[in-house]
Amino acid sequence: MADLRTNFAGIKSPNPFWLASGPPTNTYGQVAKAFDQGWGGAVWKTIGEPIINVFSRYGSVDLGQNRMMGFNNIELITDRPIAENLKEIAEVKRNYPKHAVIASLMVESKREAWHTIVKQTEDTGADGIELNFGCPHGMSERGMGSAVGQVPDYTCQIVEWVKEVATIPVIVKLTPNVTDITYIARAAVKGGADALSLINTINSIVGIDLTTFEPQPSVAGKSSHGGYCGPAVKPIALHLVSAVAGDPSVKIPISGIGGIATWRDAAEFIALGAGTLQVCTAVMHYGFRIVEDLIDGLSNWMDERGHRSLADIRGRALPRVTKWEELDLNYHLLAHIDQDKCIKCELCWTACEDGAHQAIRRLPRDNGGPVVEIIEEACVGCNLCAAVCPVKECITMRPVKNDYAPVSWKNYAAGKGKLAPRSEAFHTATWSSSSKK
Amino acid sequence: MADPTGVLSDEQLAANFADIAPPLTNDAALLEADKCLFCHDAPCTIACPTHIDVPAFIKKIASGNLRGSARVILDANPFGHSCARACPVEVLCEGACVLNDRDEQPIKIALLQRHATDYVLDRKLKLFEPGTRTRKRVAIVGAGPAGLACARDLRRRGHDVTVFEAKAQPGGLNTYGIAEYKLKADVALAEVQDILDLGVELKTGVSVDSIETLLTKYDAVFVGIGLGSTKRLGIPGEDLPGVVDALTFIEHLKTHPYRETAVGRHVVVIGAGNTAIDAVTQAKRLGATTATIVYRRGEHDMPCYHYEYELAKRDGCGFRFNAAPQRVLGNGAVAGLEVRTTGGTETIPCDMVIVAIGQGARTELTLPKDHPNVFTGGDCANGGAEIVNAAAEGVAAAKRIHERLSHG
Repeated sequence: MADLRTNFAGIKSPNPFWLASGPPTNTYGQVAKAFDQGWGGAVWKTIGEPIINVFSRYGSVDLGQNRMMGFNNIELITDRPIAENLKEIAEVKRNYPKHAVIASLMVESKREAWHTIVKQTEDTGADGIELNFGCPHGMSERGMGSAVGQVPDYTCQIVEWVKEVATIPVIVKLTPNVTDITYIARAAVKGGADALSLINTINSIVGIDLTTFEPQPSVAGKSSHGGYCGPAVKPIALHLVSAVAGDPSVKIPISGIGGIATWRDAAEFIALGAGTLQVCTAVMHYGFRIVEDLIDGLSNWMDERGHRSLADIRGRALPRVTKWEELDLNYHLLAHIDQDKCIKCELCWTACEDGAHQAIRRLPRDNGGPVVEIIEEACVGCNLCAAVCPVKECITMRPVKNDYAPVSWKNYAAGKGKLAPRSEAFHTATWSSSSKK
Repeated sequence: MADPTGVLSDEQLAANFADIAPPLTNDAALLEADKCLFCHDAPCTIACPTHIDVPAFIKKIASGNLRGSARVILDANPFGHSCARACPVEVLCEGACVLNDRDEQPIKIALLQRHATDYVLDRKLKLFEPGTRTRKRVAIVGAGPAGLACARDLRRRGHDVTVFEAKAQPGGLNTYGIAEYKLKADVALAEVQDILDLGVELKTGVSVDSIETLLTKYDAVFVGIGLGSTKRLGIPGEDLPGVVDALTFIEHLKTHPYRETAVGRHVVVIGAGNTAIDAVTQAKRLGATTATIVYRRGEHDMPCYHYEYELAKRDGCGFRFNAAPQRVLGNGAVAGLEVRTTGGTETIPCDMVIVAIGQGARTELTLPKDHPNVFTGGDCANGGAEIVNAAAEGVAAAKRIHERLSHG
């Protein structure tokens, strides 16, 4: 069986699956239960001067009948006293010495305040500290959370203060609500951060009640922008993880966060450079029990693919993330329809016709044969037809061989390399030929 | 014949005649609607004789636009309510669904259609308005689905419409002849009322005996009088008490409390069409101990839809194939049916015989030949088909009549 043990910036855990800081890590009881069920680590719900929460806190974005494809919250940090949280952290650590217990912290941007909380945290025996510089709602209005994480200088300054006293690893949690996350990541590194975690939640309004015009989640008729998370944000998180992991000036470990719900999600984050994975929304949806398949699925996949440890797969996809200008312009694809699999819904036709390059021709339904066929000279290999096709592997994208060497835009624009010939039809409107019934 | 029903409680009878396809809950409808692929040039729409834009109405259910969904349905098919309950969707829209080719169950189009149309029926929402008055007058003979579909679309085009109906109630077979567990008369009548509310003048209990007379008062005449009575067996004993024709049996059931419809303990239904299935299943549901189809030809020759055959089997009905009725036995009451089989003559003991061997054409009304202002549709024109065919033909006739009145 694959070795899932993790050493993340010196923090050890039996597997890379950590609970992200949030409602599931609010109490001793929750974290202990999660560890019993197999979670490798937990980042405690952010500790600071206790706040008072509003009652309505979460909003869901459903996709059709799939609940919580996207999810947001306007909940603040813990509403429990600092001492109580620290006591429970110590208790968890005592009872689960092999699991990773991380304290998430957020206090006023004052050196003394940070020194105090860091020292108190170290006394619990916690394995590490995560600085919450990402929370985009509520706390940011008070100069904390993303108000810190959006300004490189503030980020660097507070990390420095923390590192003045911290002896355990310090993870800086980054907000995605910035123009370029790598600037913040570099500032954290400059301040002395031992690791990064990303992404925190994304500014959002999840919806409007069309009867009352109240934004959701509504608090007595009004709402505030909240932090967006859940499966919907995974692509954004993958991109930002790759951007930070691929930045040569950021050489510290990264904990991946953002819409992780399955082992496949986890494997993708690891392939883009994540050392551990943090999960929150999926647990809020389905409970701690999901860790069983996170571990089992990842482990089985690794065994099947011959990957013996997480190090074997970490960052494996990173070299394949490049700038657009590096992509090969002579790599040509052609859509291919497996007529035996086609169920004749014509979704590919309507998508290509209205939404792409008019490269599919309709044939009469009543002749009993195929109802769609690719117009090869017009197909630009865009993948849209394959994306809309409801039958798996009915439409596949097949490389078209040519005798031309690969050429990137960078080289081509510099006068180096030759473009393989392209069909005239790529550049001319063809609706009249393909849309006539 | 044995005593009427008798053996079943009112609760059992009500359960036996409850909707065979109960309506979807809102959640179930949304779940189902989301499965629709939204095909282009959709095979379900092509398969529907009224060409309802099925993907469009299903997507509107998914988006929470039930009023808009119902309008798509009813715009194409004025009998969208009854078709949602009684259409043979297995051989029409649902049979054409592309998901069948993905080895999946087709979308539950009928139930979704019911979901959308019930929404407007329950709330009495009016989706259509009469057109600007043209002062052209059209007479419609027969208030069945064909005539009323024609009437509705003529009213939407502004023509004055008078419908003549021989029976006491409008709706034709929708009111009197669809199996009770599929469509109840109150739904059929509410659907009709929706059409009448567009300003259709209805004269019930009126038998038209001359089209020529109508043509003197009206600019056009549409004839949708359906078929005549059930054909006779032409065998001895068929006038014995206890021998009834299927349509009379079903009409009685649909217009009286269930307990008041007489049914035998051992019922034989002669014929194997869809009406025969309706008769045998309803006899069983009324409490007959045995209800058996007797058919002169083989299992694979049955004209009923396959799923109707399956339904009858599920109901516990019996089937005797290759048994040709020779004689109804009995002295003052039915005692048995003598049939000729491959093995010789045999007697099937029974105390009730229901005859369902098809209806003959109506002969009481003569249509002028090729008259440009006389139009027909429905069972009397197509020889007997589904509600949806009648509706499609009524709608098509309204279009032709409108063109005739506008340009003729």
